[in-house]
Amino acid sequence: MTYDGTDRPVAPVALDTLPDGAHARLVTVSGGPGLRSRLAAMGLRTGVAIRVVHNGGRGPFVVAAGEARIVLGRGMARKVLVVPNGSGEA
Amino acid sequence: MVQPSDAAKPGTFEAGAPRAPAQTLRRVTVALAGNPNSGKTTIFNALTGSRQHVGNYPGVTVEKKAGVRVHRGLWLDIVDLPGTYSLTAYSTDELVAREFVIDAHPDVVVDVLDASNLERSLYLGVQFMELDVPLVLVLNMSDIAAARGFVFDLEHLSALLGNVPLVPAVGNRGEGIEAILDATVAVAEAARPERHVAISYGPEIDREIEHLASLLEPDAQRLAPRRPRWVALKLLEGDRRIRERVRAACTRADDVLVSADAAIARLRTILGDDPEIVIADRRYGFISGACQETVRSTVELRHTRSDQIDAVLTHPVLGLPIFLGLVYLMFWATFRLGEYPMAAIDALFLWLGQAVGGLWPAGSDSLLRSLLVDGLIHGVGGVLVFLPNILILFLAISVLEDSGYMARAAFIVDRWMHKIGLHGKSFIPMILGFGCTVPAILATRVLESRRDRLTTMFILPLMSCSARFPIYVMFTGALFPERWRTPVVWTMYVVGAVAAIAMAKVLRSTLFRGETEPFVMELPPYRTPTVRGTLIHMWQRGWMYVRKAGTVILAVSVVMWALTAFPRPAESDAGVPDAARAAASVGGAGPPAAGRRAAALEHSVAGRVGKALEPVTRPLGFDWRINTALMGAFAAKEVFVAQMGIVLSLGEGVGAESDSLHAALQRNYSPLQALAVMVFCLLGFPCMATVAVMWRESGSWGWVVLQWVILTVMAYVATLAVYQVGSALGLGGAM
Repeated sequence: MTYDGTDRPVAPVALDTLPDGAHARLVTVSGGPGLRSRLAAMGLRTGVAIRVVHNGGRGPFVVAAGEARIVLGRGMARKVLVVPNGSGEA
Repeated sequence: MVQPSDAAKPGTFEAGAPRAPAQTLRRVTVALAGNPNSGKTTIFNALTGSRQHVGNYPGVTVEKKAGVRVHRGLWLDIVDLPGTYSLTAYSTDELVAREFVIDAHPDVVVDVLDASNLERSLYLGVQFMELDVPLVLVLNMSDIAAARGFVFDLEHLSALLGNVPLVPAVGNRGEGIEAILDATVAVAEAARPERHVAISYGPEIDREIEHLASLLEPDAQRLAPRRPRWVALKLLEGDRRIRERVRAACTRADDVLVSADAAIARLRTILGDDPEIVIADRRYGFISGACQETVRSTVELRHTRSDQIDAVLTHPVLGLPIFLGLVYLMFWATFRLGEYPMAAIDALFLWLGQAVGGLWPAGSDSLLRSLLVDGLIHGVGGVLVFLPNILILFLAISVLEDSGYMARAAFIVDRWMHKIGLHGKSFIPMILGFGCTVPAILATRVLESRRDRLTTMFILPLMSCSARFPIYVMFTGALFPERWRTPVVWTMYVVGAVAAIAMAKVLRSTLFRGETEPFVMELPPYRTPTVRGTLIHMWQRGWMYVRKAGTVILAVSVVMWALTAFPRPAESDAGVPDAARAAASVGGAGPPAAGRRAAALEHSVAGRVGKALEPVTRPLGFDWRINTALMGAFAAKEVFVAQMGIVLSLGEGVGAESDSLHAALQRNYSPLQALAVMVFCLLGFPCMATVAVMWRESGSWGWVVLQWVILTVMAYVATLAVYQVGSALGLGGAM
């Protein structure tokens, strides 16, 4: 996956590389349609602004999408591709 | 799948419910839907009060909660659907909800939206609109949303959504409940409105939908649902279940499905992605458009209160000790606080037994007296004595769930759960398993992967459920010194959990080998549980236990009583004097009646079966009396205690705590034997209710039999090891 969901030419990175408190915009999820539509239904959809709440380095990962707090397994967080924002933009 | 018709019926018992719908009341089925954590359950409780019932466990397991409300001359049967994010076929919960809405034709669907999470909530709401069901939207927790700076233009939003009634509410304060009922009644009484909010999915997808819908149109009357457009949309999403429905209903099903496959392939080329994903994106696009015009966010709070609490409760270092502390507190309260009311209930049944027994002359051999006192009163009483403990345990579990902490527990242990090939979500059913295996197995529905789900269901009977507790209390109380009792009971719980973990590990590397499923779960915001809601949830589970005592356990007690009472030996039976002497010597200086009863028992069906099993169970340290009690324990493990009372030839005062039972146990068994029985009951032979629910949820007898055999064999081996090693170490004697 190399295309960019925003109009800025920024390469997407895996969500799990972002530190606590980082803001980002979701580009895509690399996975089957089942997984992707499930995440979308939970609010993790293309273009949504997210914030890393907890990235402990190992173990599960917590992101905020709007008012929802969603736990992702580490493997899951690696499949979520995002474009990081400057802080405060999300 | 769940039979919707069962769930929609008012059950046999509703505390405080009106008896039956008066002839004049029109009956209306209302399905309550919404995201998990949208406050749907609070709304349900506020709508129905205590007039709820949950499906019966043993036999048919219907997990659907239903309740009743009479409003403005309508009798509303309100069904609480499982919380879902969408209406796809990917999870059992979503399927249950969807099939209820499609097949049971509820008169109104009430969809609860979380006001703070409106766009995502509407993702489900919009799907109900597309399904064209009569709909009421509830904007719940509007107070919290307002506090977070959201301002809603409800009238405008409702107009953009095709004039769906949109009712603001605050479920936990009971605000807006009347308005919800009014809107529901209005929708139920209105002629079906022509709404047709057809979301545009872009020209390419819209064209394919039109085309497929036109192919489906001739069979529309036989389709369920009769909505060709919706079915077409689902076909483009690649929905397996809908394909099956089309195949069953359409005369030219093959044409339709081939066209659908071609359309999906075309769209994938044009759109550069799966149509399913593009459809999801565009659905969100429609919602965002509607919200942009009608929802304003004045402030953005970066750190909500929930995040602050999470900073402590899910802290990388503090999280686990806090969790373990809470679990300890839960069990401490269950065991310690339960003791006081337990003594009272025990005394009550003792008194009842004596009062009923006293109607006959002392030493009477009356069969009826025996049935009433030994069979019914002691059978049921021996189980109800533990109601206080069980209510406390269920109260604690309800608080953990309702406050939002349970999801954090899953998060905290996820790292460790991965080591056994499961993830944090499997942990919630395991905690529920301490209460009862049946709801725990139902709770595995949140697991999307079948492998994860089966693994979790397999190990759940190893979590020591509340029905094992009476067995521990009886044996430790009788055979272990005071200071050892609590540690021994704790050890049983730990052994069960460790066995569950070990078994999961083994299953995941053999039978259910494969990748660990991706882990996704929502952390609901923390909420202060309402007293009313918590009590309702505690009582629903507690009531299950009481009802079990009143039905299954009552019936089994009678059957077991009959098996132990018949056939009765003739007085001249040659075997009697021997057995009587033997029993009398075992029982010490017991009254002669006790010896006669023991002899009769050996002569009975249960006694004979118990005897026949002795060669198998002797290496475990079990005698025939324990064997007969184990037979009863298959029906429900609580029966074990009552049955031990019966087979130890005790006429009166048989409760797990009673002195006479303790004395008899002390005369007949060693602490090592007690330990062996406890281990066997902990690990082996899942009870009848577990077997039934396992069958329903796994969909195959094969898994049920496999689970039963594996667990029982494991229990046998473990018990054998405990007893034989213990004996070899010389621990067989009294302590």
